[in-house]
Amino acid sequence: MPNWIMACGVDDVEREDLIPFEHAGHQYAIYRSPDDSYYATDGMCTHEEAMLCEGLVMDHIIECPKHNGRFDYRTGEGKGAPIRVDLKTYATRIDGDMVCIDVDG
Amino acid sequence: MTAIVKRDYSLTGEESERAVERGLSQAQWYRTDVSRKRMKELMQRRDGPAIRATLLWFALLILFGGLGVYLWFSVWSLTCFAVYGVLYGSASDARWHECGHGTAFKTRWMNSVVYEIACFMIMRDPTVWRWSHARHHTDTIVVGRDPEIVAKRPPPLWHIAGNFIGMFDVPLAFRHMAIHASGRLTAEEATFVPETERSKTYWTARVWLLIYAAVVVWCIVSRSILPAMVIGLPRMYGAWHHLMTGLTQHSGLAEDVTDHRLNSRTVYMNPFSRFVYLNMNYHVEHHMFPMVPFHALPALHAEIKDDLPVPAPSIAAAFREFVPVMLRQRRDTAYFIHREVPVSSVPISGVEVSG
Repeated sequence: MPNWIMACGVDDVEREDLIPFEHAGHQYAIYRSPDDSYYATDGMCTHEEAMLCEGLVMDHIIECPKHNGRFDYRTGEGKGAPIRVDLKTYATRIDGDMVCIDVDG
Repeated sequence: MTAIVKRDYSLTGEESERAVERGLSQAQWYRTDVSRKRMKELMQRRDGPAIRATLLWFALLILFGGLGVYLWFSVWSLTCFAVYGVLYGSASDARWHECGHGTAFKTRWMNSVVYEIACFMIMRDPTVWRWSHARHHTDTIVVGRDPEIVAKRPPPLWHIAGNFIGMFDVPLAFRHMAIHASGRLTAEEATFVPETERSKTYWTARVWLLIYAAVVVWCIVSRSILPAMVIGLPRMYGAWHHLMTGLTQHSGLAEDVTDHRLNSRTVYMNPFSRFVYLNMNYHVEHHMFPMVPFHALPALHAEIKDDLPVPAPSIAAAFREFVPVMLRQRRDTAYFIHREVPVSSVPISGVEVSG
């Protein structure tokens, strides 16, 4: 069963950017792509302890602020060294003006 | 007479375990507060500055290398090779570094191409050094964790001096190439290079050794050192600039802290050195925000300089600061430069600053 949680307002995230979201002690990252689609992933880089929300979004790539590791935030796929483990992604949906994520997804 | 306390800088010794136990590894580091909006502006990637810098770099390499060959053997030829050497044996250090971060160019493949070329010139395996440098940024100047500490305590002064002409670095690079070509890593490299990445290192070493062997054969056949003056030797006779600028980065400063303002140094430099060094003179800024490309570091410096220690006004001033400290550290390894940081700063996160 999906467990949809309201994460943020649709306007809380700038286009081609991300914001952090915490739920039940877990860090998530909510992305708004250049075509205004919303995505969600774990908030911490899989390489080392670094918050992705301080990184840079370029098209559909999030680059970690610590070692410049890169992921496709739509799929979570790591894009080469130093990333060896893909990023967990979560389904999103828009409810009115809110972005919701399925935290059990 | 007091015995000199020598720390164990190897990545496989007791200091490594102790650093982890003390929470110095993968710690949270102090960062100056910069708004997300401003950081996004500063982090933006562009191709233009790096394309211009790279075209100029290649043009100067061809010009001075070509003149060096054309005028061989004369004072003018040696003068041209002196410039060529710095462009080859020192500018490659900065290009390797910036492209390794993936911040030089916006276009990914451009970073990769320049990275591979620069790695060959500086004789650093592209895979090993990518991982080594990731560790350097995770655990900057943490003893037993950072593989890139140059000015250890006591400082290996003859080793450092010799490396101004690559006297130790270059033979070591060939030793590593031989090890890698045989399908192995050193014990230290094995601590930070993942298994899945290692075959790249082995094949790179084999190709590089073939290239250097071809240069040696070319020298023998032509009975001239000229081919090696173009490929290989400039890593020695042109290394002095990257050693000079590299030494300013952390020498004499604190070890085992989690604030780059205490263990890194920003130095104002002349335009030539900044071109060769790709603005890495803004070194505190680079470590604090490694996502900011070289061309935006001056703007980042302007943004956060009030929260940083006063920069050294020149390369000479930086040397005047750390050389006496390194000389004293030969006898007193606990001695180092205590950096003053602005009182308005947020307390340093992570572990307590060591004295």
